[in-house]
Amino acid sequence: MAICQRCAAEKDIYLPRLVTLEKKRLMNPTEMYIRLSFDESEPFDFIPGQFVEVSVAGIGEAPITVSSSPTQKGYFELVVRRIGNVTNAIHRLRIGDKVGIRGPFGQGTYPTEEAKGRNIVFICGGIGLVPQRSFVNYILDNRADYGELTVILGTKCMAQRFFHSELDAWSHRNDIKFMETVDEANDCWLGNVGVVTTLIPKIEAELRSALVFICGPPIMYKFVLLALNEAKVPHENIFLNLERKMKCGAGKCGHCQINNFYVCIDGPVFRFSDLSIAPEAI
Amino acid sequence: MSIKKLKKDIFVHFIDNLIRTVKVIGVQAKGERFDYGLLASAKDLRLDYDVTLQPPKKYFLPPVETLVTYEVGDGYSSQYDCEQFVLIGVHPYDMVAINQLDELFRQDNVDSHYFARRDNATIVACDVVNPSKNVFASSMGTATVKNGYDVLLTDIGDSYLAEAATEKGENLLAKAAGAEEANKEDLNKRQQVWDKNEAGLNKHQLQCKVTDLPRLLGRAYNHPVWEEKAKTCFNCGSCNMVCPTCYCFDIQDDVGWDFITGKRQRAWDGCLLDGFTKVAGGHEFRKKRADRFRHRLYRKGKYVPEKIGGQIACVGCGRCIDACLPDIANPVNVYNRLVADLGVK
Repeated sequence: MAICQRCAAEKDIYLPRLVTLEKKRLMNPTEMYIRLSFDESEPFDFIPGQFVEVSVAGIGEAPITVSSSPTQKGYFELVVRRIGNVTNAIHRLRIGDKVGIRGPFGQGTYPTEEAKGRNIVFICGGIGLVPQRSFVNYILDNRADYGELTVILGTKCMAQRFFHSELDAWSHRNDIKFMETVDEANDCWLGNVGVVTTLIPKIEAELRSALVFICGPPIMYKFVLLALNEAKVPHENIFLNLERKMKCGAGKCGHCQINNFYVCIDGPVFRFSDLSIAPEAI
Repeated sequence: MSIKKLKKDIFVHFIDNLIRTVKVIGVQAKGERFDYGLLASAKDLRLDYDVTLQPPKKYFLPPVETLVTYEVGDGYSSQYDCEQFVLIGVHPYDMVAINQLDELFRQDNVDSHYFARRDNATIVACDVVNPSKNVFASSMGTATVKNGYDVLLTDIGDSYLAEAATEKGENLLAKAAGAEEANKEDLNKRQQVWDKNEAGLNKHQLQCKVTDLPRLLGRAYNHPVWEEKAKTCFNCGSCNMVCPTCYCFDIQDDVGWDFITGKRQRAWDGCLLDGFTKVAGGHEFRKKRADRFRHRLYRKGKYVPEKIGGQIACVGCGRCIDACLPDIANPVNVYNRLVADLGVK
């Protein structure tokens, strides 16, 4: 098919660029950490909360939120759960492979400016830690700009925990309050046992004035929101990270639509008060 | 811009000459109904058609198209369809739908694949001569159209009035040998066609102003009509497939026999289809039929209008009514039910 000059010069939102798979590490039976590097002549700039469409040629694309902080230059990190065709193929990629990337996508990002000077609470369920980690590390790298920082994490069982050394480092720092729990544990586990909401009363920072960011499985949102409601956290201060089947990433294909909103352009991070008109959100 | 009068025999010569120089797509008979197709001769062109089986959007957003090709390990390259063509016979409601798609594919991120085709098209719209059995364009304010086309044809009896609205349209009409300047009487005749259509393309009467719909739907989310109608829905997606304003799509990879080369394609998808919102792992966000049924009518009457400045995304072509086997798709029936139960505020 011959392409005219005018079309050849168009910016194609569907055209992936190539980055290099620099590192990979299986973090638990289902979660793969990958680090992708790009040529500095074509930098990859993103804001915490944005996602990319990862291509595996012949298989397809999957939307994955960036897990590293933009304060880390020259590369970005993803954590991919092996759950569908594309994510299984991502697990099979080898170091040095070229990977197609589109994005970053999403105008609904973590509010890095609005959060300045405020106390911040992250509530994460399982793999929900992955996108939140981008903003947590962003705050840690710009620590003086933000108030008290609390991260609470609930994981189903010990075997599904990941980022062990990073979480360990967080729990030993003075400038971040990190608490975690597992739903079920055996005798080897000395920490908290129970769902993530059991940690909410243990948060020392004043919840009512804090910005609270939630990311986890759909069922978690209901219970966490209920708890935050009881704690009288204004809905304007609560942010949810929503995931849908984002095929195009550009607000066209319709798959990620939640009532009026498109997760790919209006999200993936939403202010809870904005979602009052979107009953399909949770 | 000029308004010409083309006697019908002159029009036939004009189209036949056109076919020799450029790809021409026109409305033709298909059995007892009509559809767009590659035009081989002016005698096949049926501008007296009532409605086409498929809307003309497929010439800008084909059912399946290649977006990029790839070679494993060697990257991706964009593919475009850059062929120029003339599209003849677009009814006003379909023209309004194309205008909306233009806006939607331009908004937020410009879709260069859509515009490669769109910019290469010269659209010759034409006013309706014979209303179809389910048209309700008059209710939706789309029985006539004032922009978007390059040329607008109006059948005024022994001639067509042809108004050029763009430079592309002027250039096209310049090829019409024997065309006369339209006079005042001709323009009056055209106005009569418009007046007739603005009232007469209305086999289903919407019981509120079309601009009331977003607010009406704002109060109707939990109305029983969604469950009632969806009870007999087959999830077939026919209403999506024939709709001139539906544009949802899926993106899929198609790998070649060599397992090295391949193409990434987009294909029409439909929000009524089961699995439309399914994610890896099996969770489906709009699993209930009623939720999907409601989503379609909210998109037409609320979500898309709120995205594109108030224009309702149902243009009243009536194709979904024709296509729906359990006969639940008629948007007017649903909207009128809501008007009756909830009133217009």
